[in-house]
Amino acid sequence: MRIRAITLRILQQFIHDRRTMALMFIAPLLVLSLMSLVFGSDAYEPRIGVSGGAAVFSSALEAEQAEVTSYADEASGQAALKAGAIDALLTMKGDAPAIVLEGSNPAANRTVIMALQEAAQSLRPQAPGGGQLQPQISYLYGAEDMKTIDRFGPIMIGVFVFFFVFLIAGVSFLRERTTGTLERLLSTPLKRWEIVTGYVCGFGIFTVFQALLISWFSIQVLGIMMTGSFGYVLLMTLLLSMSALTLGTLLSAFAANELQMIQFIPLVIVPQIFLSGLFPLDTLPLWLQRIGLVTPMYYGSEALMDIMVRGRGWSDIAGDVFMLIGFSLLFMLLNVLALRKHRRM
Amino acid sequence: MDEGKPVIAVTHVNRAFGDKTVLKDITLQVNQAETFGILGPSGSGKTTLVKLLTGIDEVTSGEVTVLGVRMPKLAMLQQIGYMAQSDALYTELSAKENLEFFAALYGLKGGNRTRRIGDVMELVNLQEHLRKRVDQYSGGMKRRLSLAIALLHEPPLLLLDEPTVGIDPVLRQSIWKELKALNRKGTTIVLTTHVMDEAEKCDRLAMIRDGVLLAADTPAGLLQATGTASIEEAFLCYGGVRR
Repeated sequence: MRIRAITLRILQQFIHDRRTMALMFIAPLLVLSLMSLVFGSDAYEPRIGVSGGAAVFSSALEAEQAEVTSYADEASGQAALKAGAIDALLTMKGDAPAIVLEGSNPAANRTVIMALQEAAQSLRPQAPGGGQLQPQISYLYGAEDMKTIDRFGPIMIGVFVFFFVFLIAGVSFLRERTTGTLERLLSTPLKRWEIVTGYVCGFGIFTVFQALLISWFSIQVLGIMMTGSFGYVLLMTLLLSMSALTLGTLLSAFAANELQMIQFIPLVIVPQIFLSGLFPLDTLPLWLQRIGLVTPMYYGSEALMDIMVRGRGWSDIAGDVFMLIGFSLLFMLLNVLALRKHRRM
Repeated sequence: MDEGKPVIAVTHVNRAFGDKTVLKDITLQVNQAETFGILGPSGSGKTTLVKLLTGIDEVTSGEVTVLGVRMPKLAMLQQIGYMAQSDALYTELSAKENLEFFAALYGLKGGNRTRRIGDVMELVNLQEHLRKRVDQYSGGMKRRLSLAIALLHEPPLLLLDEPTVGIDPVLRQSIWKELKALNRKGTTIVLTTHVMDEAEKCDRLAMIRDGVLLAADTPAGLLQATGTASIEEAFLCYGGVRR
């Protein structure tokens, strides 16, 4: 009855506050679209320079959509590479081809290598001693390419859901306190756990729609790689929202105003993003990896990646599901306790 | 000294936040169906005292009982109508949605809820603004809506923290009339104020300064005891130069 009243009130507030509703629904789509345009744009056309004996590759590379420039000697090719005019320079070291990659752009690196491999493949029949065509790869700048791009999509879905729900739920719970309505709620026979549960239900209804919309948009419209079950994606998105919702309302107890709530972004959200698997964790110090293990986003991203990229099912994500449920319940419990600060009974 | 048992009994109450003592050894009683005023400058501990009466806050030492029950007690909140110093309204909702929300929290249902919402809005003279969003309300209108919400569940005890701030004299007059009418129906009212002329309208008055209860009596009794002509002078007499 009372929980229903709170749930209903939150829904009404949402309906009246269209801008917040838009932030919750449209903003993630906008940002995801931007990410997809920036990182997942059409196949990059690599610019490859050839010099000396490597000129035999020219036509084969052009057939692979590469933009090929010939240089009279290796030195002028190197200069062009350093100036950024080309992404890679192909030369012959004795019998074997050698390629130097500019290296700072992982997307370009990959397309260059791909084009070169395809070109080598197509040239193979004509060339004597096939294996010789396998080029030696070296980098001008940067290092080995990482697989970040492939991992981006699923993690970004998790990140944006978490971010927006955290902020909106946190600020609206905070405003109960700053406007005095929390005190008024606590002057009614409402129990503390009923307030927390009411919030979870009210926001929960919105997060269901949000999860549905974001998952559908990412997969169907943006075409983010998806090999697993849509239902599982939805489940994980929803659970991640729940943990963001409960964490946001909990942390709002420690913020005096909206600005202080925003200050939690660098403290709570950004570290979670860095430790979520967006960047390889293996190279991090062990203590930092351990911190990642106590953040909801780590489990959400891991499961979303398992579902969307690796096409895995329930047995692989069950652990993550229970972790997220556990986080949400823990945050709710802590919030009920945090409300003791305002009313002990 | 009084007939019947008191609605509120505050006995040797201290309230400290950290090492700052906000209320010092307060003892007072409020009788049924009277309007009891708590008069004092801001920062004197009025709001803290009212919060102790609601049970939102707890005493450091001493005892508060309301209707014979030792506070804080969750079930007693159903018997109390509390109006905080801040308006505490959901400004993005309409007045009706605010009222319905709080009515539901107090367990008012169906026809009874609709009837009570109509009644209280008429009482504070806001009936034609029922469907308006609260962020379009003026300060005084918000104060009245806040009062209306406190009256919703017909509590036998009303605790009003600065109820008439920002309300114009004409409306203040009519609200006082309604409060007196509630007294006649048996409702006990405790209110805080720092307006002296308003204090005179209370049946009995407690004067507080720096967390200390200076005096508690009828306005006439206070004037007589201090030999002064106005409540303001009486307050100064108790608080300032002691004779």
